[in-house]
Amino acid sequence: MRQRLAALRGAAWRASRLPLLSTALAMAVAAVIVVASTLFAGNGFQPLLPVFAYLNLFAGAFGSGTAIVNTLVVAAPLMLGGLAVGLGFKAGLFNIGVAGQFLCGAFAAAVVGAALADAPAFVAVTAALVAGALAGAALAFIPGILKARTGAHEVVTTIMLNNAAALLLAWAVGDLVRAPGFSFARTGEIGNAALPVLLGRNLHLGIPIAVAAIFLIRWLLERTTLGFEIRSVGANPHAARYAGMRPVYLVTLTMTLSGLLAGVAGAIQLLGVIGFYASGISASVGFDSIAVALLGRSDPIGILFSALLFGAFRAGAPLMQINTDVPIEVIDIIQALIILFLAADLIVKRVFRLRDRGHAIEGLDTVTRSWGDQVAR
Amino acid sequence: MDGLLAIPRLLADLGAYLLLVMPDLLPIVLALATPLALGALCGVINERSGVVNIGIEGIMLTAAFTAYLTGFALHETLGSGPALALGIVVAIATGCAVGLLHAWLCVSVRADQVIAGTIINIAAFGVTGYLNRLVITPSGRGGAGVIPALSLPESVTTLPLIGPILAMFFEQGPIAMSVLFLVIGLQVLLFRSRWGLRTRAVGEHPRAADTVGIDVLGLRYRNVVAGCALAGLAGAYLTLESTGSFQNGMTGGRGFIALAAVIFGRYTPIGSFGGALLFGAITALGIVVNVRPPDGDLGALMKSIPSFWYAALPYLVTIVILAGVVGRSRPPAADGIPYVKEGRA
Amino acid sequence: MTSERAGRPTGDPPALEMRGITKRFPGTVANDAISLDVRKAEIHALLGENGAGKSTLMNILYGLVTPDEGEILIDGEPAAIRDPADAIARGIGMVHQHFMLVPVLTVAENVVLGQEITAGPFLDLEEAGRRIRALAAQLGFEVDPDAKVEALNVGQQQRVEILKALYRGARILVLDEPTAVLTPQETEEIFGVLRRLRSEGTSIVFISHKLDEVLAIADRITVIRRGKVVGTRTPAGTSAAECAELMVGRSVSLQVDRGVSKPGGAVLEIRGLRVADDRGHEKLGALDLDVRAGEIHGIAGVAGNGQDELVECIVGLRRPLDGTVRLEGRGVTGSSPRAMHGLGVAYVPADRQRVGLVLPFPVSDNLVLDRYFEPDFANGPGNILRDDPAIDANAERLVTEFDIRTPSHERPAETLSGGNQQKIVVAREFREGLRLLILDQPTRGLDVGSIEFIHRRVIAARDAGVAVLLVSAELDEVLDLSDRVSVMFRGRLVATLDAAEAQRERVGLLMAKGTAA
Repeated sequence: MRQRLAALRGAAWRASRLPLLSTALAMAVAAVIVVASTLFAGNGFQPLLPVFAYLNLFAGAFGSGTAIVNTLVVAAPLMLGGLAVGLGFKAGLFNIGVAGQFLCGAFAAAVVGAALADAPAFVAVTAALVAGALAGAALAFIPGILKARTGAHEVVTTIMLNNAAALLLAWAVGDLVRAPGFSFARTGEIGNAALPVLLGRNLHLGIPIAVAAIFLIRWLLERTTLGFEIRSVGANPHAARYAGMRPVYLVTLTMTLSGLLAGVAGAIQLLGVIGFYASGISASVGFDSIAVALLGRSDPIGILFSALLFGAFRAGAPLMQINTDVPIEVIDIIQALIILFLAADLIVKRVFRLRDRGHAIEGLDTVTRSWGDQVAR
Repeated sequence: MDGLLAIPRLLADLGAYLLLVMPDLLPIVLALATPLALGALCGVINERSGVVNIGIEGIMLTAAFTAYLTGFALHETLGSGPALALGIVVAIATGCAVGLLHAWLCVSVRADQVIAGTIINIAAFGVTGYLNRLVITPSGRGGAGVIPALSLPESVTTLPLIGPILAMFFEQGPIAMSVLFLVIGLQVLLFRSRWGLRTRAVGEHPRAADTVGIDVLGLRYRNVVAGCALAGLAGAYLTLESTGSFQNGMTGGRGFIALAAVIFGRYTPIGSFGGALLFGAITALGIVVNVRPPDGDLGALMKSIPSFWYAALPYLVTIVILAGVVGRSRPPAADGIPYVKEGRA
Repeated sequence: MTSERAGRPTGDPPALEMRGITKRFPGTVANDAISLDVRKAEIHALLGENGAGKSTLMNILYGLVTPDEGEILIDGEPAAIRDPADAIARGIGMVHQHFMLVPVLTVAENVVLGQEITAGPFLDLEEAGRRIRALAAQLGFEVDPDAKVEALNVGQQQRVEILKALYRGARILVLDEPTAVLTPQETEEIFGVLRRLRSEGTSIVFISHKLDEVLAIADRITVIRRGKVVGTRTPAGTSAAECAELMVGRSVSLQVDRGVSKPGGAVLEIRGLRVADDRGHEKLGALDLDVRAGEIHGIAGVAGNGQDELVECIVGLRRPLDGTVRLEGRGVTGSSPRAMHGLGVAYVPADRQRVGLVLPFPVSDNLVLDRYFEPDFANGPGNILRDDPAIDANAERLVTEFDIRTPSHERPAETLSGGNQQKIVVAREFREGLRLLILDQPTRGLDVGSIEFIHRRVIAARDAGVAVLLVSAELDEVLDLSDRVSVMFRGRLVATLDAAEAQRERVGLLMAKGTAA
């Protein structure tokens, strides 16, 4: 028993050390950037600024019960978004459209939630969540079917849909479902459709939903025949077709499922935090999700932890900016650096003198190759 | 039934309307197409040598920022003209530098090329946002303005038919005007020069190129950097020639539309330029309809379409074109695949 | 057939000498202190099995692989060859087994690539074309410099490769398995070109694993086994049997003992099948084919004459334009791969790495790649759950039965050798209840041991009453294994012969011209 535990610990360390070391290295490099940029800003050279900044970041994320709850609240949509991207990777798809699917999910949840504001809470919440999930799925279905049928690469089509969705939703909220009595275009109050708060000020139902999704997707990928098919298509679409699987169906289905997860992310964010849809609500979950999925190596458990990490970054950043004047955008820089060090794991291995090869993400190869090659049909 | 019968008449009206607004439309078409065309040329040069670059968006954004920052910092001491010129140089240098990063990731480290591009996009968004908030926003000052466009005499632009076309290409700033020469020059070089032959060989069959003594990795480096210089120029165009200001995320997906133009243009400079013009024309139509709507039923119809739909149109058309064209557009065979020199042959 | 002009052993230093070349790859020593000398105007054969280290040695000579130890001398002078440019500068030319031609470029563009003739800033392809025609005329053949390489057949492409080397002034020409894809007649033609080159003073290294060809063309033969030189012979001083024994390390029977077939009724009947390739060009025109139970029906033909399309069409990976496919009397035209699998059709694809396996997946998953959904390996409502214990048990059984060499069936398939990877595919496809077995290049690139193993299994399957369709670019394999041989030429079966009537020459002519006349 003890041996098995030790073996498990060894495996966990082997799987997580590259992401952890990349994160550490990224924060170190970002610190250098922060120090360097004090040279150009008004207040003069401050070599210790990053220390204060990171201390405030940590305090903002974990300094109190409220802060921890806040971190979890920020992490929940990142878990779902990270799963959306990670599930796509498993099938050899790169869904950069999480931002658009997130907005669609949020919008649909807002509209249905507002319509059912006076219905019983169970009905209102369920209907609004389902609406959000379906809206995200519907938007992702388009690039999915286009990729499967015509080979149009999802990297371009999903980005285009992000832009189009933001514009069309701005029109919809202004012209179709604008709630009366507000000075700007927004949807109505969601009333009973708001996610119930389970703990503290705002630990809402969306958090257990996100964690449940992690284990559900893990189960799907590891234990079911469908998961085996998805992974096969991602790792080698030609072999999958040869083995009687249907790449057209699997690519479309996986993309749709991915959008569904992104839609749920939008729905819980709207029903649990924002409360109404208006043009310009943040969809930063979209790009953060890519970093979460890469840092988690597309593995659901890995995504759980990396979502918590980025949740902490996002939740702690405002305090950092208020107390130390280090802009929130430094988080974007850290994020980019983390992925950079993961992609160029050579650097990390050199800095930390690691010898073995990290586990590559299954399906990533296919993402880039499908740029040149079409999906096997 | 009545509606169906109206369709041919509406189409005829649309044709007449397009002819009528042509003089207004054409000059902004090239203006809108310029960043797309430059980005697409970057894509063509990169992908022809076998490197997928989805980081064009981020390179444009970074260069747009550094160009603006240069003008912002220097126009009071140097004067507007030299500051703008220096801004263009800095933008190109920025493109080269980020291109070097992309080349290093894709060619030397052999990282996944789509992920490498994603890194550039995310980092560009973060770094420009960070510096914008740190340096430019608190100062409250403006930039160096915009590079003035050339203006043809009225006797030329009012010439029937060719007048608007001349205006389209020559009533432009220097960057927009350079696009035409870059497109033609690269088209000729790609298919007629030693560099072009080697580029095509390296993108199709790098091992074959290696076995005749061509430095595959070096050529890929050079092409990625050179292409990204053009993407940098596209960034300079956005802040120094088109808008005169910088906003976070101002590229708005242009880098990705440029990629669609590359596929649409079958990986040729002229074809991609055509794609860029098409996207420019669609965007321009949305603008012109707002400024000068047609009369009659057509006008009523076009005005009834909300402006958000016109704004979304280029993105939607990109998707439709990509889905319709991609099957017939064959990318270079080794596109996206890192070259490993010493294999177990 | 030794040449009277074969290299002068005295006086001049050898044109090429390789001394003590050693190259280690993780886990193996590909070349172990190999020494080799090639005289001026000599055809020197390098004989060895697949994986013996011949290609590695030649890639070292050409600067594509850096050796760990050893030195290379050209005309007695030490030569540091770090990359192909160095090799070309030293007068070394190489015709690779997989041609190093860019399909979308023209012949002229391919030939001049890297040493372009320019007029001002631009390429001078007309001048290049003139030089190419002149070179080709010297060797006694014609080429169209403006033709796209993808439009040429393999024999023509090979000549372009030779022109490419000579255009660069090659005095030492290396040919890696040059006859692997040629018909016997094309092989004779290329031998003619090589003899002509030799008579003009070119030294030639001829890499092959085919004994009779080596004996026919070479002045001297060096045999390599597992990375070591095991002997050098002249054709006059050796025999096919001795060479085979040197090459494999034990005495081998060169002939497959096929036994007698007892064919039953037709299992597969194809009538009037027309199929297009990926680009929409018709590759099969009105093809008829029968495969009977208990027989091996071989398809001979130069690669690219429609064999791939035929096989893909039968197993359901490609839709026919027209025609019918019947399996045991049942119409199955256009059925899905899974439906065909369910009817007892198994398929060993030509490209095991690209099609037959998911390389990052464990051996155990690959052993159920097309059966994971069957009740044997899945449970739960609608069989949606994987039955991992059953998948593991299946893997353990097959790994033993088919002698798949791996430390554990949990290892990714990509960590296994080519022969063992092919055994995974074979173990999976040679299942119970099989009616029709389709083999596409079943032994390509394998060592003799694996080839023998797979051939025995194929014959055992036939003897158990399975109908076997064998497609192979190795004419010898088709002739050795098949009870009946059909020859495919430009999308048609131009002849179907019983094993006794299928002589090498006759089949070769049919492959090359579509008629034996």
